[in-house]
Amino acid sequence: MKEGLILKVKNLNVQLGGEKILENLSFEVREGEVLTILGPNGAGKTVLLKTLLGIFPYKGEIIWKKGIKIGYVPQRLAFIKDIPMTVEEFFRLKDVSKKETENILKKIGLIEVLRKEVGKLSSGQFQRILIGWALSKNPQVLLFDEPMTGIDIKGEETIYSLLDKLKKERNLTLLLVTHDLSVIYKFSDYVICLNRYPICQGKPREILTPEGLEKLYGQEVKFYQHTHQEL
Amino acid sequence: MNQLILSLICGIFIGGTCGYLGNLMLSKRMALVAGPLGHLALPGIALALIYGFDVSLGAFPFVILGIILIWLFEMRTRLPMEALVAIVFASGVAISFLFLPIEKAETALIGDITKVSLKETLITAALCILIFILIKKIYSKMLLINVSEDLAKAEKINVKKYNLLYLFSIAILVALGVKMVGGLLTAALVAIPASTSRNLSRNLFQYNFLSIFFGALSAILGISLFKLTSFPPGPLIILVSTVFFLISLIFKK
Repeated sequence: MKEGLILKVKNLNVQLGGEKILENLSFEVREGEVLTILGPNGAGKTVLLKTLLGIFPYKGEIIWKKGIKIGYVPQRLAFIKDIPMTVEEFFRLKDVSKKETENILKKIGLIEVLRKEVGKLSSGQFQRILIGWALSKNPQVLLFDEPMTGIDIKGEETIYSLLDKLKKERNLTLLLVTHDLSVIYKFSDYVICLNRYPICQGKPREILTPEGLEKLYGQEVKFYQHTHQEL
Repeated sequence: MNQLILSLICGIFIGGTCGYLGNLMLSKRMALVAGPLGHLALPGIALALIYGFDVSLGAFPFVILGIILIWLFEMRTRLPMEALVAIVFASGVAISFLFLPIEKAETALIGDITKVSLKETLITAALCILIFILIKKIYSKMLLINVSEDLAKAEKINVKKYNLLYLFSIAILVALGVKMVGGLLTAALVAIPASTSRNLSRNLFQYNFLSIFFGALSAILGISLFKLTSFPPGPLIILVSTVFFLISLIFKK
């Protein structure tokens, strides 16, 4: 693999339950880059992340840099509230030491919830805990599914600045999946537009033109632009 | 040795270990699976009672069959777990009543811990200790799998291996459980102490400790009540457990 590359994907095809979800996807990710995968609901974004993690079977090539450690921040964890478990105990599930847990919680500004039940956290706090959890044991890459689901605008900003800070401190590579355009303008180095098959990819400014978006979102954006013109 | 003490030792080990395993099953929303497994064990229990060998030994192959069924069921269909409960429940009971002599029915359905031998007690205790250690070893990983299989896979946990060990623990404990509370009541042995503990706990440590505690204590009190009232011990153990659960509702955190 080329110098400075952390991930190389070539001709990726994923089929689940007889249905083609991803077709002929190819891209590369450099160390320290923020890659955003943009697409409407049902475009196969989450499937792509999970395939990269080795959860789904695929055809084609997925090559990670040797010995790389990956942290995963899932979209939600439906069942965790059913289990009486403190934040500290949640970290211990993956053998994170007490000291490292405390350090991470300090970093994400949540040291006060160390002994609080995970099920009793606010959604913003829980999201940050998931980020912290993914960051424990020092991964070089973070895969992040819909970072802002269920979080208010203030919480959103906290998470962005947190990600930004962590990225600079640790030279993290980030792969984000989202349907939220604002994430890209604020944050991203490279964008892949996905709707089952790759529609376009490149730097945000090159890609996020009205034409590009229309191609990706179809009628939805067209309609939006139309009303805009009437005003 | 005193028969009562042997029964109590069996009860404490089975009750405590079932409580511990139940807490893992509850977090996987599988607490009721012990039910159909217990029912499915009934034909095996019936055979053991007719030919005079250990009911746990008779139950075990049938429980394994049940686990294979669950596994196939999860793989091959999208039907909910309740459907399996209904299907397996009925089949197990139906088959066993084709040949179970009616005078042995009570023992098969609600168990009898009052006549265990020293040898049985020792084997039961040893198996319970082994399973306890096994559960303790897989607990963290299993809990993570229960929280999110994807997250566990991202952490490179071998989900299949842990699920297999977990199902194996269930098989052994259900086979031991039928000795104490019979084919009908085994689900309660894993589900109730864990639920009581869930109501009272704020963290995993309390959750584990109280699950084991209420499992063992219910067995002790149930067997003691049998001595006083001469009602059958299996139902008494379960009813004591239910009383603790009802009390826990008052103190629910």
